[in-house]
Amino acid sequence: MSDMIKITYREAIKQAIRDVMQKDERVFLMGEDVGNYGGAFAVSKGLLKEFGADRIMDVPLSESGFTGAGIGAALAGMKPIVEVMTVNFSLLAMDQIVNNASTLLHMSGGQLNVPVVIRMGCGIGRQLAAQHSHSWEPFFAHVPGLIVLSVGTHEDARGMLLSAMQSPDPVVIFEYTFMLNLEKEIPADAGAVEIKKAKVLREGKDISLITYGAGVYKCLEAAEALGEEGIDAEVVDLRVLRPMDEETFLASVKKTHRALVVEEAWKSVSISSEVISRIMEKAFFDLDGPVERLCGVEVPIPYPKHLEDASIPQVSDILEKVKKMLKP
Amino acid sequence: MKKAKIMEKKQKLDAKEGQRLLQQMILIRRFEEKSAEEYTKSKIRGFLHLYTGEEAVAVGVIQALTEEDNILCTYREHGHALARGVDPNAIMAEMYGKQEGCSKGRGGSMHLFDATKNFFGGNAIVSGHLPVSVGMALAAKKQKKNNVTCCFFGEGAAAEGEFHESMNLAALWEVPVLFVSENNLYAMGTSIKLTHSVQQLEKKGPAYGIESAAVDGMDLLAVMEATAKAVKTIKEKGKPYFLVCNTYRFRAHSMFDAELYREKSEVEEWKKKDPIPKFQEFLLKGKLITAKKITEIEKAADAQIQEAIEFAENGTWEDTENLTRFVYSETESI
Amino acid sequence: MIKFQMPSLGADMEAGTLVEWRKQPGELLHRGDIIADVETQKGLIEIEVFDEGTLEKFLVKEGEKVPVGTVLALINDGKAEVSESAVPTEETPKPEIHPIEERPETPQEKTEEGERIKISPLARKIAEENRVDISLLQGTGPEGSIVKKDVEKAISEGVKPIQEAQKKTEETSAKLAAPNVNAMRMAVAAAMSKSNREIPHYYLEKRMDMSKAMDWVKEANKERPIQKRLLPVALLIKAVAKALDEVPDLNATWENGLQRKNEINIGFVVSLRSGGIVVPAILQTDSKSVDEIMENLNDLIPRARAFKLRSSELSQSTFTITSIGEGGADKVFGLIYPPQVGIVGFGEISEQPFADEGMLGIRPVVDVTLAADHRATDGLIGSKFLAALNRHLQNPEEL
Repeated sequence: MSDMIKITYREAIKQAIRDVMQKDERVFLMGEDVGNYGGAFAVSKGLLKEFGADRIMDVPLSESGFTGAGIGAALAGMKPIVEVMTVNFSLLAMDQIVNNASTLLHMSGGQLNVPVVIRMGCGIGRQLAAQHSHSWEPFFAHVPGLIVLSVGTHEDARGMLLSAMQSPDPVVIFEYTFMLNLEKEIPADAGAVEIKKAKVLREGKDISLITYGAGVYKCLEAAEALGEEGIDAEVVDLRVLRPMDEETFLASVKKTHRALVVEEAWKSVSISSEVISRIMEKAFFDLDGPVERLCGVEVPIPYPKHLEDASIPQVSDILEKVKKMLKP
Repeated sequence: MKKAKIMEKKQKLDAKEGQRLLQQMILIRRFEEKSAEEYTKSKIRGFLHLYTGEEAVAVGVIQALTEEDNILCTYREHGHALARGVDPNAIMAEMYGKQEGCSKGRGGSMHLFDATKNFFGGNAIVSGHLPVSVGMALAAKKQKKNNVTCCFFGEGAAAEGEFHESMNLAALWEVPVLFVSENNLYAMGTSIKLTHSVQQLEKKGPAYGIESAAVDGMDLLAVMEATAKAVKTIKEKGKPYFLVCNTYRFRAHSMFDAELYREKSEVEEWKKKDPIPKFQEFLLKGKLITAKKITEIEKAADAQIQEAIEFAENGTWEDTENLTRFVYSETESI
Repeated sequence: MIKFQMPSLGADMEAGTLVEWRKQPGELLHRGDIIADVETQKGLIEIEVFDEGTLEKFLVKEGEKVPVGTVLALINDGKAEVSESAVPTEETPKPEIHPIEERPETPQEKTEEGERIKISPLARKIAEENRVDISLLQGTGPEGSIVKKDVEKAISEGVKPIQEAQKKTEETSAKLAAPNVNAMRMAVAAAMSKSNREIPHYYLEKRMDMSKAMDWVKEANKERPIQKRLLPVALLIKAVAKALDEVPDLNATWENGLQRKNEINIGFVVSLRSGGIVVPAILQTDSKSVDEIMENLNDLIPRARAFKLRSSELSQSTFTITSIGEGGADKVFGLIYPPQVGIVGFGEISEQPFADEGMLGIRPVVDVTLAADHRATDGLIGSKFLAALNRHLQNPEEL
């Protein structure tokens, strides 16, 4: 095993951006406050100085305008990284993403590629209330023509962008802002990671915890605690929400026979709805009990901490649920 | 004064070019008429938006563009595609839905694309392509290319947020985009009087720091002159330009439209300004064409369109098995 | 001659009303001329001709509403043969739409014994593979379902696998497939074990004078053909039904509380020659006459012994009677069939000394026992029931 280094989620993303910018002149970053402010969440701090204003572009508050421009630049041969400050503002750019980025290849009968990468900060946990706390992965994962990634680990923070830049098709990347300060170890030579498959982060035989994004570290923590109580949990990080890799989680369920899906997005019509449907469709006869899920409570996210915490699954919820499932 | 002006125009235009331009407008006019007919026979389905009456704008603007320039249009784009040199056979086949169409039949009337001609649609969300055009111009600037991105849209689009964002971005970033607003006075069925607080659209450009002008869109020569100036400005200054072409569509918004929103008399008035007879007269007077030649051009256009119909009729349907193609690229990376 | 047809102006246009002809027969028509005004859902639209010729004649009158494609008029183009100028929808062959995916047929899982067994798909699969009879298993999974470990436990404890395949025959789904005798015994064993384990039984007994009843039966049979002759047991069953009517707490189930049943379906124990018992029910016993009950018995008992009972006949009992019959014990104390709350046992009807009004005599008597669930009822209720039963048996003509 190679040497490990300690790195924050923020630093990992930043190194990824630097990597792709250094390797390919066609790459440039455009977003609100990415340059002079140093990045709304300090991700791009120092990059303006390193790469110049031509390649680190501060844009006005025109989500539709600059996302569309990113799409146009991609059409014309550049490799733009469009940063939407948070997913909460992405609705303003939805028309460009859904009616242009995801459709141009198809509408033109295969003539036009849109190799644009759109990064969006998301997640909940800072008491930012209803309009600033959305988990809209399901909205984007619904659209054919988009590749939708969820960065749930530091390895992925370091490596997903590198692979996304190689894609000839539009990629939407969800980054979790509350994890930015979190420090973990990754291999010193960590680099590009593939962006087609889900990953088993922890093997187990009693139950499959299937999750993505903010749920990943929570599930890993829960799995540790469960291990001490004699329950051996397997943790599957979906990573690619569209096109979804079902093989990995189906294989997991076939092995463990029980499954719990964990996500922060609102429950109805969510990623878990899709995952569970597929398990029902293709692994029904391997199930030893109904598949369950822990999702965001269907309420606009409230401001006070205790209510905010109660509106999404926590590690303790996962523990309780698993124990209930396996020891009724 | 007027005579001198006509003489001036005559000097700039030679017979060959003049005939070519007339041929283009006639081809567009007849192609659109034929498309209407095919639609009533259910050969063409979905929505069909015809360009009848507005030919001078597409022809007048596009003649000033080079092969390297990019063109983006609305869903009323058949005329622009033809003026750009997209194969009429491929256009008709596309409208028929056959896989020999320019978008492999996947797009239909509203989504004509031809990457070889830098013709980027065929866009059906009003003003949705404006930011994209700004982005293409931005890329050109970064790549240090000398091309222009020409973005056509209607006056209805100028009310959308994307128009304002795009104008601001284009001016802010100083990119070589030519915004062309084809003001035909009606956004589907709503008069410009009911949609714009400031109806002289060219006044909106300067608010964003963009040089702007308005021109009579029924006068081919005027459009050509205005476009020449616009393109020159863009290439010299590297800044965007906003050209408003005041024109009129003689037909309804789309096939299934009872035109309850405008008077027939108004249509008749505008028909008197029909750009085709107007230009024909100019050419005849300037002895740049003969009546016989005009007839030849008309016949040739009809023949070309008939060929396109046959091509479309004989075209093939894409296999349903291939339905999920073109969701993602078939190549790994670029 | 060209047929001028009602054009399609949009995919959602189905018909149009010809409001006014703008040209008249005999007029020369040019391409682009407006030939008519047509009213559509979008409003009045001018219809143009795309052909050259002379308008020959109208085929549709002003004011008529016609579907798209209807021939509206004929245009004389100088050619002999009639051609269609506007072709209506769907002339070119449309490509065949094949279903993209074929849904695989999942095998139907039939219910067993009229009740759905809760079992996880995995456990069911393992049970099938190892030929374990799931009706004998206790579930420890969610909602009491049978899960993998329950099946594995059963396998390791050596529960006898099913001898024959439990395949459904061509019979209607209402009929129960012939179960294996051993399986039935196991099922009864399971039920009785559960009864013993969970139900706090209390017992009451009463010796009842059957003289009047027996006399009545004797007299009744004189008037009946052999096939319709009554047996005393039919009388007993009716009497029990009537007694239950008066003491409804015994015609109930206990599952976390007493739930009285609306119908009185008396199940009676039938012993099988091969060993084991089966308990078919007479549905709506209280509303049937003694004759009808006898008819039911004649139908049910042979079918019971031939394993040809319907699931409803086996699952609908609300109360049970067990009767020992001849040459057996004097009394029988039954075990209640959960979730019922009582079971009546009839011993042999025998001649016994009987004191009545100070006189000693020999009468046919029967020792009747009641075993009841002490969670549901107490001795008082039980006694009331036996008293009512006795009363009815003393008045057989009113049954």
